[in-house]
Amino acid sequence: MNIVIAGAAETDELGKLPHMSTAQLHLQAARNALADAGMTKDDIDGVATVGMPGPIQIAHALGIAPAWLDGTGVGGSSFLFHVRHAAAAIRAGLCTTVLITHGESGRSRVGAPRPALGPDSLIGQFELPYGVLGPPTMFTLTALRYMKETGLTHEQLAEVAVAQRRWAHRNPRAMFQDLITVEDVLASRMVAYPFHLLECCLVTDGGGALIVTTEERARRSPVHLLGSGESAESPIISQMEDFTTSAAFRRSGEAAFAEAGISHDDVDHLMIYDAFAHVPIYGLEDLGFVKRGEAGPFIAEGHTSPGGRLPLNTNGGGLSYTHTGMYGMFAIQESVRQLRGEAAAQVPGVEVGVVLGNGGMFASAATLVLSNHRP
Amino acid sequence: MTASHKPVPKPTPETQPFWDGTAEGRLRIQRCDACSRHYFYPRPACPHCGSDDVTWVTAGGRATLYSYVISHRPAPGFEQDGPYAIAVVELEEGVRMMTNIVGVEITPENLPLDMELRVVFEQRGDVHVPLFEPAGGPAR
Repeated sequence: MNIVIAGAAETDELGKLPHMSTAQLHLQAARNALADAGMTKDDIDGVATVGMPGPIQIAHALGIAPAWLDGTGVGGSSFLFHVRHAAAAIRAGLCTTVLITHGESGRSRVGAPRPALGPDSLIGQFELPYGVLGPPTMFTLTALRYMKETGLTHEQLAEVAVAQRRWAHRNPRAMFQDLITVEDVLASRMVAYPFHLLECCLVTDGGGALIVTTEERARRSPVHLLGSGESAESPIISQMEDFTTSAAFRRSGEAAFAEAGISHDDVDHLMIYDAFAHVPIYGLEDLGFVKRGEAGPFIAEGHTSPGGRLPLNTNGGGLSYTHTGMYGMFAIQESVRQLRGEAAAQVPGVEVGVVLGNGGMFASAATLVLSNHRP
Repeated sequence: MTASHKPVPKPTPETQPFWDGTAEGRLRIQRCDACSRHYFYPRPACPHCGSDDVTWVTAGGRATLYSYVISHRPAPGFEQDGPYAIAVVELEEGVRMMTNIVGVEITPENLPLDMELRVVFEQRGDVHVPLFEPAGGPAR
């Protein structure tokens, strides 16, 4: 049974959307994805989404009577998990066609309660007392160790943001489109040394949705799921085993590549969740595209930029395109667009794409191998 | 002196021995009697071998600097600190924990990775939080 993405769409707008609630973002994305798929809500019998508002509200609001629900909420990678879980559920006969939605009022915080992290939680006892203030002071903690052990320079770290802005420059929907230099990055405000503002992701409002079903049920040229993998490591960044490599990235990537039966040379296009500039560096190495310590120079030499041999984060990524908080949905959307030949910054001849999603701060990871050809 | 507005951890049953220790000026971690390895954060069984034959021991308090960031946007309670170091240190027993570096001006030049540190304790409310300073003592 070939599992496909038969519909994919984002909200009409991304960025600052104070006129839309979290639920509205979900529902607009869902309706756009159904239209893209040529389907109606009556074709959907499975619903997956994260946390608040969650799959019950989304199904109810759309008038769907679900036979299958998935509320897996493991951070920004969750939507890659949902694709994987939906494929398994469809193959098992639990449902036939799954709607996966994301909506997040990350910037405007409309109808979006923040999760409470109590002083008796794990992070409340062992990290919050030290003045951490969200991902910019936690996700970033690994970078100096990586720099010492591999020789990555501050300039090479800045090059990640420069390279992705080159893609965003070609994308009218990207929040930031003006080209930047290494000097611009290093001159931007220091947020948490060694990270400058331009090495940190955006904070935006927006949403996206996917329709996952069988090839037979798809009503437009589908994107095939060739393989997938998922894993997790530490719930708190301080207990990540090795600050220079993500075990969750490695395990999810190995599983996805093995199931798909592809090698790295087969990959035409790559999306790596980039909440901060060091994350694509880890992703390139942990997925095995380059060896340890080579990712910084690889990006700085232009291999992931327009015209390079491994186009990476071609929407501009979380650093330049959009980042609602759980960015993984947008990484999948760009991979689907590239495989359909519909991307703003289209790479010629894309046949196989890989998407690596991060959840939390190197806490969870999932990898999808997608193609416009059958397995 | 107590930094009164900084976040105060709230112990839970499995972490109470750790916080009881810090109140006595001792850094307590767990050691597995089956595989002889230490671990942190507090848990009822060894994450390495799975044994629940585990004991609380007092760590020596010496550590090295594994990694850090210097935060330029203060969290609530840290407004008076200036840029401050959120660090992960590796105890000589092999476990790591998040902390703040104190007793030294917080600059990248003063904080080379793998520098030697020692534990000190700061009272916050009813709880004492472990912080780390240069092993040779505060440089002021």
